[in-house]
Order: sequence, then structure tokens, then C-alpha cells
Amino acid sequence: MKINRSAFVMALYILFLMLPIYWLINMSLKTNQEILAGLSLWPKKITFDNYLVIFTDASWYGGYINSITYVLMNTVISISVALPAAYAFSRYKFMGDKHLFFWLLTNRMAPPAVFALPFFQLYSSVGLFDTHIAVALAHTLFNVPLAVWILEGFMRGVPKEIDETAYIDGYGFFTFFRKIFMPLIASGIGVAAFFCFMFSWVELLLSRTLTSVNAKSIAATMTRTVSASGLDWGVLAAAGVLTIIPGALVIYFIRNHIARGFALGRV
Amino acid sequence: MRKTTNQKAWFMVMPMLLLVAFSAIIPLMTVVNYSVQDTFGNNEFFWVGLEWFEEILASERVHDALIRQIIFTSIILAIEVPLGIFVALNMPKKNGLWASLCLVLIALPLLIPWNVVGTIWQIFGRIDIGLLGYLLDQIGFDYNYTQDATAAWFTIIIMDVWHWTSLVVLLCYAGLKSIPDAYYQAAKIDQASRWSMFRYIELPKMKGVLLIAILLRFMDSFMIYTEPFVVTGGGPGNATTFLSIDLVKMAIGQFDLGPAAAFSIIYFLVILLISWVFYTVMVHSDKEESV
Repeated sequence: MKINRSAFVMALYILFLMLPIYWLINMSLKTNQEILAGLSLWPKKITFDNYLVIFTDASWYGGYINSITYVLMNTVISISVALPAAYAFSRYKFMGDKHLFFWLLTNRMAPPAVFALPFFQLYSSVGLFDTHIAVALAHTLFNVPLAVWILEGFMRGVPKEIDETAYIDGYGFFTFFRKIFMPLIASGIGVAAFFCFMFSWVELLLSRTLTSVNAKSIAATMTRTVSASGLDWGVLAAAGVLTIIPGALVIYFIRNHIARGFALGRV
Repeated sequence: MRKTTNQKAWFMVMPMLLLVAFSAIIPLMTVVNYSVQDTFGNNEFFWVGLEWFEEILASERVHDALIRQIIFTSIILAIEVPLGIFVALNMPKKNGLWASLCLVLIALPLLIPWNVVGTIWQIFGRIDIGLLGYLLDQIGFDYNYTQDATAAWFTIIIMDVWHWTSLVVLLCYAGLKSIPDAYYQAAKIDQASRWSMFRYIELPKMKGVLLIAILLRFMDSFMIYTEPFVVTGGGPGNATTFLSIDLVKMAIGQFDLGPAAAFSIIYFLVILLISWVFYTVMVHSDKEESV
């Protein structure tokens, strides 16, 4: 009886979560005439025209390519600077370490709205406006702290004796780090990379402010098309569905670690 | 873990520090710079001291946005935290297909780009083509989120509940999973009621993650921008203009650099102060646990 009640609650909650997403998919498979003609719970005649528009129009699929480019750049940059920093935090005491750690957290708390204008001016003045690297660097603001936190949590779980034994066995620091330590925290690196990917992927304000044409993100493309061309609901819905897919794919692989990532590595 | 003191660790932190300094400290300095100066264009600036801060602190518009923000954040926390705990308690306990499925489906809203979340609810809430709007309209509510402030608030709150309750669920679930079975067996032998099991076993074990969940939800709802921007654009009127939306309007829409900069600093300090309190409590309870 009790199990049934739990299952019922879960089913209800999941229904609540899935319904709006289903509605989006439903709309993406309809023509505009059918959408505006009235409400229907499923498409009467399934059409893939809306998806075709996206895959054939460069201003649409270009948005996806731009987004993926800066998201990947950001992930690589964030992880590569966060790895040594997290190692230092998890293994050593040094002057100001606690203050530094809290300062890092403050960057995760900084409202992007505060940074939008200064970023715009900073990257314009160094000639990086409307490039992928500008968005990638801007997103390090909240992704580097996050990556450091997650990695530090995973690294704390690796006993220090491993480091010491490796040094006694004559490993240099870099060989040790690459050959022994990194494989041990591989899942941690995976989780951190996933979270960098995700937070960079979902962000709109900074990516919209820092790009205009060449590096325009899919998120910006979506908001601008809404205002420009008088609401093509079907295409908009299709574009939305396509942005959900990357997240849905990777989430399956890290489903058991996702809570730890959200908890900044502290579960 | 016992840590050794080693000042050379600074070298490992250095690349991270340089990068974050570039993307955090330089922009912040620009903001500070603007907040104490005024300009007549042509890049000529002169010192105005704390004038902008006084203007912002006295400004009706900012007060209203702040009040809306506080109400919004309180409602969000009051719904999402209890609901999150409740759902987490009902999550399947055994690992298996059903548990994996639940996890994946629950996490899904968290991974949708924020503007798409906005788009989803923008569509879902419309009375002509959206299921929610259509149903509410049929039942007899006068529901139109672009015209009516109450409807706009309702849409934005239910959207945020939809979007972020899962975060609380996942964190609490992770906390619950760490409770050994023996605890429950002991409680059963003592014939503990469901409530006292929750109160004395589950809640204390969830305390750590719950604090993180509240901290994250507080921070993120306090800086919410994209979702309401897409759904209502801050309207009708200013009914859903929260702090971030107001700030972006001021900074990028009207290009009032001085007031916007002063606003930014005050905004950041408020978040920082409250988060610092949370953080201190968190670190403190961590220490208690490890003793």
C-alpha cells in the first residue's frame, strides 16, 4: 500500500514536469495553421517542416553551432584551470586559502545582470566582442568556481597516502597527476565537465549581450526571432525541443552523480 | 583529511586566480568606477561621490523591484522546499529501472536552457494555444498573463516551481540515500511514528544538503532574469520586474551608467551578505558533523 502511494506521488510529480515539455513537442510537430486553428492534444497530421526550417536555415543551425562551440571552449578552459586549483585546496593549507575559497563562491553568487554591461565594454575594448572566446571567458565567471568546488569534493575522497606512495616510488608531480590521480577522479572530472557544459548551455543574458552576428547563440536567436518575425510558433517550439536534447542525452550518464554536482561537490 | 601547510600551493591556484580575476575583478572595478562618476558623453567623466548611491537608495522604482523580488523569493522558497522534501521522501528507495527513470525525468527541467523554459511556459499559458491557459480559461478564471498582474505572477511562480523544485528533490534524495538501513530498523523496533522518523532521523541527515538547496534557490531566484523576461518581459506594467530585469533595463536599455552601477553594487552586496550568513551556518554544521 505504502509503495503504491509513493509511486502515485512520483507519477503525479513527473506528469507535472512532463506535461509542458510534451506540449512543446506536440506543437513542434504541427503546422502553424493547425496550431492557431485551435487546441488539440496531439498533432492530427505530423509534420517535420518546422525541424526542416531549422536544419536548412543558416541563421538557425548556426546558432546551435555557435552555442556548442563556446560551451565546449568554456568547459575545456574551466576544467583545466580548476584541476590544479582544486588539488591545491584539497591537499594543502596555504596563506588565505579559506578566504580565497569563499571569494570563489561569491563569483557563483554574482548576478549576471551586474556583469552584463562591464563585460560588454571589457570585451569590446580588447577586440573580442562577438567572438566565441568572449562568451567562453565570460562564463568562466560562474563555471570555474563551480568546477573547483565539485572537483575539490571528489579529490578529498582520494586518500593522501596515494600521493605519498607515488612520490616515494619516484613519480614526478606531473606524471603522478596524469597517470595516477586523474584516472582516480575521472568520474569527478566528468561531473564537473557536465556541469560546466550545462550552465554555459542554459545561460542567456551574457551570451546575448556579448554576441551580435558571428557568434550568436541559439538562445539569443530564439528570443530575437520572437520579436522580429511575428511569432512562428511551430519553428520556435522545434528550436526549443532541439535545445533540450543535448541535456537529456548526457543526463542519463551522470544520473547518479547529479545531486553531488548541484551540491557543489558537498554531498 | 589532515592537510600540510605548503605556500607553493599558490602556484597551482594561480592560473585559476588570473582567469577569475580577469572575468570578475576587472568588470567589478569598471562598475565601481562608474558608480562614483557622471558623464556628459565624449568619454569625459567627473567625480560625483556617493550621489548615485543616494539616488538609488531613495528611488521608488528600485524599492518596488526589491519588494517584488523579496516576495517572489519567499513564495518560491515556501513552495519549493516543502514540496521538494515531500517528493524526495517518495522517491523509490531501491536502485533499479524505475529509480533511474525517475532521476532522469526529474532532472530534465534543470537542463533546459532558461529561455526555452520561458518559451515553454509562454506557450503553455496562452489561452488560445496553451493547455494550461486554455484549461484555466475554460474553468472560468479570467486568465491572461500579458494583461493581468495576478495571472502573470501565477505563471512565473508555477514556472519556477516546475523548473527548480527538482533541484531540492535531488539534493534531499542524495541526503536520504546516505541514511543506513539500520537507523530505520531501530526506529521500527522502537515503534517510532512516521513523523518522528522524519523529525529525528531524516531531517537531521538532510540538514546539510537542505541548507545547500536553500542557499542555491535563494541565490538563483534572487538573480532571476531570463525566464520572466521571456514570459512577461517584466510586465504587465512593472508587475513582474524583478531586480535583475530592472537593472538590465537601466544599464543596457537606458544606458544610465552611474545609477546602474550603484544599483549593481548594492544588489551584489545584499546577495553577498545573505549568502555569507548561509555559508557560515553551512561550514559550522559541517564541523559539528565531523566531530
